Amino acid sequence: MTLRFDLALDLPQIHLRAAATVPGSGVTALFGASGSGKTTLLRMLAGLEPGGRGQVSLGDTPWQDDTAGLWLPTHARPLAYVFQEASLFAHLSVRDNLAFGLKRARVPMRAIAFDDAVNWLGIGHLLDRRPAHLSGGERQRVAIARALLAQPRLLLMDEPLSAVDAAGRDAILDALEPLPERLGIPVVYVSHSIEEVARLADHLLLISGGRIVANGPTNEILTRCDLPLAHGAHAGAVVHATVTEHLPDEQLTRLGFDGGQLLVSTVDRPSGAAVRIRIAARDVAIAMSAPADSSVINQLHAELIDISDDPNPAHCLVRLRVGNAVLLARITQHSRRRLTLCPGMHVWALVKGVAVR
Amino acid sequence: MTGTLSPLGPADLDAIWLTLKLATTTTVLLLLLGTPLAWWLAHSRARWRGAINALVALPLILPPTVLGFYLLVAMGPEGPLGRLIAAAGLGALPFSFAGLVVGSLIYSLPFVVQPIRDAFIAIGPRPLEVAATLGARPIDAFFSVLLPLARPGFMTAIVLGFAHTVGEFGVVLMIGGNIPNETRVVAIQIYDHVEALEYAQAHWLAGGLLAFSFAVLLALHLLNDRQVHR
Repeated sequence: MTLRFDLALDLPQIHLRAAATVPGSGVTALFGASGSGKTTLLRMLAGLEPGGRGQVSLGDTPWQDDTAGLWLPTHARPLAYVFQEASLFAHLSVRDNLAFGLKRARVPMRAIAFDDAVNWLGIGHLLDRRPAHLSGGERQRVAIARALLAQPRLLLMDEPLSAVDAAGRDAILDALEPLPERLGIPVVYVSHSIEEVARLADHLLLISGGRIVANGPTNEILTRCDLPLAHGAHAGAVVHATVTEHLPDEQLTRLGFDGGQLLVSTVDRPSGAAVRIRIAARDVAIAMSAPADSSVINQLHAELIDISDDPNPAHCLVRLRVGNAVLLARITQHSRRRLTLCPGMHVWALVKGVAVR
Repeated sequence: MTGTLSPLGPADLDAIWLTLKLATTTTVLLLLLGTPLAWWLAHSRARWRGAINALVALPLILPPTVLGFYLLVAMGPEGPLGRLIAAAGLGALPFSFAGLVVGSLIYSLPFVVQPIRDAFIAIGPRPLEVAATLGARPIDAFFSVLLPLARPGFMTAIVLGFAHTVGEFGVVLMIGGNIPNETRVVAIQIYDHVEALEYAQAHWLAGGLLAFSFAVLLALHLLNDRQVHR
């Protein structure tokens, strides 16, 4: 079910005016700097900001419509919310925390079973503990399971990894990745980490100063040169690929996508599995012909789309089309002149690093 | 009254019973009235919240005789409270048990409201927001989340409210006088014994109150320690 909203809120620290349509499944990241209003917007969707004006609807059901004087209180909206800090009920055991939402589910069908949520998040051994005796990562895993058991039709997550250490973060990301497919509901995920967004999000809402400045598929937004994302230190592209072959002798795995093939360090997934890969702009070099005497094993035939300036005056940012995928390459202005690069040219993209998720 | 076998005479036992009745009634009423007030004080952003906070705390520092004097005036036939009661067709408040309850409500108000208010402030809005996102209606969230989390605050409020009402003297003297089975509480009874130079009886009652107060405070500390270490 599609989430639609058109909301306004005036607070001393921010004036928020945001409207968008969020796809009915998959993860939509609400991405922006701190203070850009992303948490406030998420709270408005949940009905937690009493001053919020405008409209919110999920599928055909309106949750808020000021023109009709309609405002569903939070407890009547079939959503679940994962807060930044885990916010478990300190007076209840993990098991009772999980049961809290399950007992109060606002939908007729309980699609997510207690044991499923416990297994997905790997918290079976924690059920009889009190929240005070859990680590930060364990708490957040319990909070996510508790949210799922409330049988939400919309899952809202507010930087769920910000209070978790690096090790716990990876465990949670591993648990989160398969969730959207299992749930089949829209997930709105607030983040200011480009890594998290690249790993989880199918769709991206870019928010700045209380306004939504871009809205589209993740890779399209990540590689748009008119947006700040393509110019950051972590700029890069996300590509959907498939595991095609394992080469055990070489400790390598071959991935295929519609622009060609990539060899990467062994990926622990079966042949045919879909993987999401991230290629940083600084890891892509450009050559006019495929070099035979280079250590770079991944060479992709590409068409140059356009070139834009980078905040660093020595650099420029090149967009390359590889099949249907778009890659970013950050190269020096010097190389651009030496190779006389211009849009439409056919070149070779030399990919020095591929992050597989 | 002069029974040498039993240290406490029937009048003493009546006073004890009356005191317990007064303290229980007051504490229950204060919990019912004080909890919404504590909630409002913890969460309101109204400008006059500070003034209400000060008013609630006033009985802490006001001499009981001052409080009792104004209550007597207010409850008298010409006072606002007295007129209201008369208009409702009820009996007069001064020198009655009901009058004592009214006085005790005000006298013990801060001891009940402040611990509950502080517990609500410490808990903050987040647990209730979480409960709402998990489908709990406000009344459900109050009983399933807020009340259990605020339990130490409520325990403190109950114990202090009860014990402080038991120890009331000045206000009772001003608005209740000394009527057996109506307004003669233990503190007044002790005063009577001392006036009559019945030191033995005074000792029994005073010692009993002392032991009671100590036991109550000890129990409170043990209870709160257990909460912290759980």
